[in-house]
Amino acid sequence: MGTFRPERREVMATERDLVVLGAGMHPWGKWGKNFVDYGLVAAKAALADADVAWRDIEFVAGADTIRNGYPGFVAGSTFSQAMGWTGAQISSSYAACASGAQAMQSARAQILAGFADVAMVIGADTTPKGFFAPVGGERKEDPDWQRFHLLGATNPAFFALNARRRIDVFGDTVEDFAMVKVKNSKAGVANPYARFRKEFTIDDFAGSPIVSDPLRLLDICATSDGAAAAIICTPEYAMKKLGTLEGTVRIRAVANTTPTYPQIRLELPDIATDSNAVVQAPALGFKDSIAHNAYEQAGLGPEDVSCAEVYDLSTALELDWYENLGFCAEGEGARLVRDGVTALGGSKPVNASGGLASFGEAIPAQAIAQVCELTWQLQGRSDGHQVENAKVGLAINQGLFGHGSCTILSV
Amino acid sequence: MTTTERIPAVEGWFTTSEPYTLIGAKCTACGTVVFPPRSGSCPSPDCDGTELEPTPLSRKGKVWSYTENHYAPPPPYVAAEPFEPYALAAVELEAEGIVILGQVAKGVMAADLSIGQEVEVDLQVLYRNDEGVDHWIWTWAPSAPKGAK
Repeated sequence: MGTFRPERREVMATERDLVVLGAGMHPWGKWGKNFVDYGLVAAKAALADADVAWRDIEFVAGADTIRNGYPGFVAGSTFSQAMGWTGAQISSSYAACASGAQAMQSARAQILAGFADVAMVIGADTTPKGFFAPVGGERKEDPDWQRFHLLGATNPAFFALNARRRIDVFGDTVEDFAMVKVKNSKAGVANPYARFRKEFTIDDFAGSPIVSDPLRLLDICATSDGAAAAIICTPEYAMKKLGTLEGTVRIRAVANTTPTYPQIRLELPDIATDSNAVVQAPALGFKDSIAHNAYEQAGLGPEDVSCAEVYDLSTALELDWYENLGFCAEGEGARLVRDGVTALGGSKPVNASGGLASFGEAIPAQAIAQVCELTWQLQGRSDGHQVENAKVGLAINQGLFGHGSCTILSV
Repeated sequence: MTTTERIPAVEGWFTTSEPYTLIGAKCTACGTVVFPPRSGSCPSPDCDGTELEPTPLSRKGKVWSYTENHYAPPPPYVAAEPFEPYALAAVELEAEGIVILGQVAKGVMAADLSIGQEVEVDLQVLYRNDEGVDHWIWTWAPSAPKGAK
C-alpha cells in the first residue's frame, strides 16, 4: 500500500460535489434514554447550523439501529414523525457500523439523481451495557449467532486476532497500541461531544484488565448513546442560501464498498475466510479497497488528506487503517503513532475528534459523527482540537457483513 | 476409539467419529471450497455452479493468529460458571487456502501458541444442555505436545 495514483485528478470540487450545509450532534454518553430523543437534538442542531427550516427538507435518510425495536428499523420514518410529518421522501438504511455512511449515500444519490435539492442524514442509538451480543432468539443459520454460540467469538476477540498479527508479524508492541489511546484521549478532552474527556497515559494500561489477549479494556472502544445529523444539498441550493460557494464543505466521495471474492482476511462476523485455492485473491484486500475507491472517486490521494477520522474500534485497528489509507506501507503503522505523525500537530492527524476511544460507538450515528467532525475541522470550528489549515478530511469505517465506507470532504 | 455417540453443537460442519475433520462444501463445477458448508450457489462470482457437495478438509493447519478470552461471552454462548479463560485460534489450511476460527483445546492458552504453529482438529464438549446431554464442537489442538514446539 501507500502508492495510490488516482486516474482522475481534480483538486477542485466539481458541480457533482454536494455541500454539507450544516452538522449537529447530541453528546455521546450512556443515559439509556429513547434514541429518538437524542436524534431530535442532533436534527435541530443540524438544521440550525444550516439555517434551513425542517419543512424545507425534501429527503430524510435515517441510519437504523437494531437494538431499539421497530422504530429503530425505520429510522427515516421515526425521525420524520418525531420532527412532524412534512410529506418528505425517506429512506432507512442498515449497514452495521457503516449505516450512517449508507444513509449519507442514499441522500447523496437522491440529490445527484435530481429528486431532491436538500436532505437530512440522521442516526441515533441507545446501547446496552457490556459486549455487543446478537439480537435475541435462536437463529442457527445466522453467522452472527453462530460465532457467539459455537465459539464465543466476541467483537474484541476478532480485534485481538488482528492485534496479535501486528505484534508477531510486524513487531508492534502493546505500548504502541496504548499510544493510540493516549493520543486519542488527549484530543478528545477538548471535544464537547465526546463521552470520555479524560487524558490517559501509558501507565494507566497496567491496571486495565485483559479482555481478549493482547488487548486490554482500555484498548477497546465502549458502546455509547449518541446522535448525529447532517444537512446536505446541491451547490445551487447552497449558492442561493449563502451567495457564494467559497469556504463551503464539499462531499468529494462516499464509497460504500463490499469485499471482492475471495476475501482472505478473517472479518467479523465470519468463522472462516473465503478460499483462494481455486480463485486467486484480488490485488487489493478489502480494507485497502475501501479507501482506494474513495480516492478514485475524489480524484485525490493520501498525500492530499489533511486529517482523517478512522474507526478505532480497538487501538491496534487504528494502526491497520494508517496502512489501508496509504499513509504508510503495510507494517509501518506503529511508527506513525510513535513519531507523533498522527497526533494533533503532526503532519497527518488522525482522530482529532478523540475517535471512538473518546466517544465509544453509537453505531448508526458514528459514521455521520465522523462527517460532522470533519465538517467542523474544515470550517476551522474545532476549538481546542483544531487541525491547522485543514483542507481535505477523510472518514473511514467498516461494518460487519462486508460493509466498507469511506467519505472524503474538502473545502 | 469411543463408541459413545457425540452430539455435534452444529450439524454437518465436522465428523463426530475419528479421524475428526471439518467438513466444507465443494463446488462440483469449479472445485472451490467453502466453510461453513453451504448450498445453493458457488461463492465465486464467476462460477454458475449450484451443486456443492460435502468435502472433508485438511485435518492439520498452521496458526494464523490467536487470542484468549478473559470474560465470559454473552448468550447465545453457554459459558461455564465460574468462567475459565480459553483461547481461540484462526488456522490456515494450506491446501484449501482458507483460514478457520475455532476454540483451542482446553488447557492450551495463548502463551502456548505461536503464529505458524501446527495444530489439528480435535473435539471437545462445548456445553451440556438442561437434559444433561453434552454437545461437542471442533477445536484446534497443538500437533506436538505442549512445550515441544
